[in-house]
Amino acid sequence: MGLTVTNLACARGGFPLLERVSFSLNAGQALVLRGPNGCGKTTLLRTVAGLQPALAGQVDCPPDSIAYAAHADGLKTTLSVAENLSFWAAVYGTQGIDAALEQMNLRALAPRAAQNLSAGQKRRLGLARLMVTGRPIWVLDEPTVSLDTASVALFGEVVRAHLSGGGMALMATHIDLGLPEAGILDLTTFRAVLPPPGSGHFDEAFL
Amino acid sequence: MIALLVRDLRLAFRAGGGFGLGLAFFLIIAVLVPLGVGPEPEILARIAPGILWVGALLACLLSLDRIFALDYEDGSLDLLATAPVPMEGVVSVKALAHWLTTGLPLVLISPVLGLLLYLPPQAYGWLVLSLALGTPALSVIGTFGAALTVGLKRGGLLLSLLVLPLYIPTLVFGAEVVARGAQGLDVATPLALLAGITAGAVALLPFASALVIRINLR
Repeated sequence: MGLTVTNLACARGGFPLLERVSFSLNAGQALVLRGPNGCGKTTLLRTVAGLQPALAGQVDCPPDSIAYAAHADGLKTTLSVAENLSFWAAVYGTQGIDAALEQMNLRALAPRAAQNLSAGQKRRLGLARLMVTGRPIWVLDEPTVSLDTASVALFGEVVRAHLSGGGMALMATHIDLGLPEAGILDLTTFRAVLPPPGSGHFDEAFL
Repeated sequence: MIALLVRDLRLAFRAGGGFGLGLAFFLIIAVLVPLGVGPEPEILARIAPGILWVGALLACLLSLDRIFALDYEDGSLDLLATAPVPMEGVVSVKALAHWLTTGLPLVLISPVLGLLLYLPPQAYGWLVLSLALGTPALSVIGTFGAALTVGLKRGGLLLSLLVLPLYIPTLVFGAEVVARGAQGLDVATPLALLAGITAGAVALLPFASALVIRINLR
């Protein structure tokens, strides 16, 4: 039980960004990825979530254990807050959206259409989706974008509750979430050395 | 799966969902053709099967780029790809939702439009049957085209160019069923070929579409 990444190398748009990334997460642990823009945080998270193949190395975790949250929240603007959440609960086969609504302070917004929410409220709804997935490993890409201080604190508490329940979280964020126990991984040390031009794959010319 | 179907149908019927787009387009074609060609019943009756099938096909084509583009833009396609539903199932449900919101209404309204085009009475049954058999293939093939162009901005033109050649067999056999039906000839051969195309497309293309989506999401 847990997430283990060994010697992972990943690429974006054909360019290798990271190599020899290794870390492991056990139940109750969180890891924050840091690094300047473009250093490969999103690419690493997408690779861990299984959205793109790794160039080398491997990601080991129990099957169906990862819940991924990207920059975009995946909300349908013409559906209400409750409808959006219920859909994801049904997709993940879990019951009940009440706890998630309550914890992300969305109770009063439940009947409102998602298009009438503010950016921060949309983000809270996107994060509430994680809670209805019922998955132990949260893979979060910049989860605190557009959140105000109070909501960041709220989200910090939600993550802590998830960790204390045996969950895990892998996050790319620049903001202090108030999680002193979370480990920090600086991705600049894993930056891939670019191969000299012309030595790549035959389809390099098309990328 | 059912949740996804319900969500897609709900989105289609809500404001801005695009339901009725294909239907209105089909209606416009059937109303404009008699105005453009002239009101002679013999001519209209002769071209009616072809016009109705071309109209249904173009109406289908009109809404294809919405199948995945909206989900791609708001990020839900990424989330669906990481959700515990097989991508083959997702694309099949998407195709089904497209057929229910575009193909099925076309099938149901086609007899009324046949009336506008002086379609001979004996051909109505064949018109409805051929559209009911053929439009699922249009939706499934169109879903494949939409999957191919999912990451592209303004991919609508490329989508049309990719999909139209794949639509031609369906169009040829579908219109042939109605034309033969109108003349009282035997329709078994084109009907069997039409059903065969649909069955083949429904059975095979979801796997191709799912593979293409996974590659496009990388």
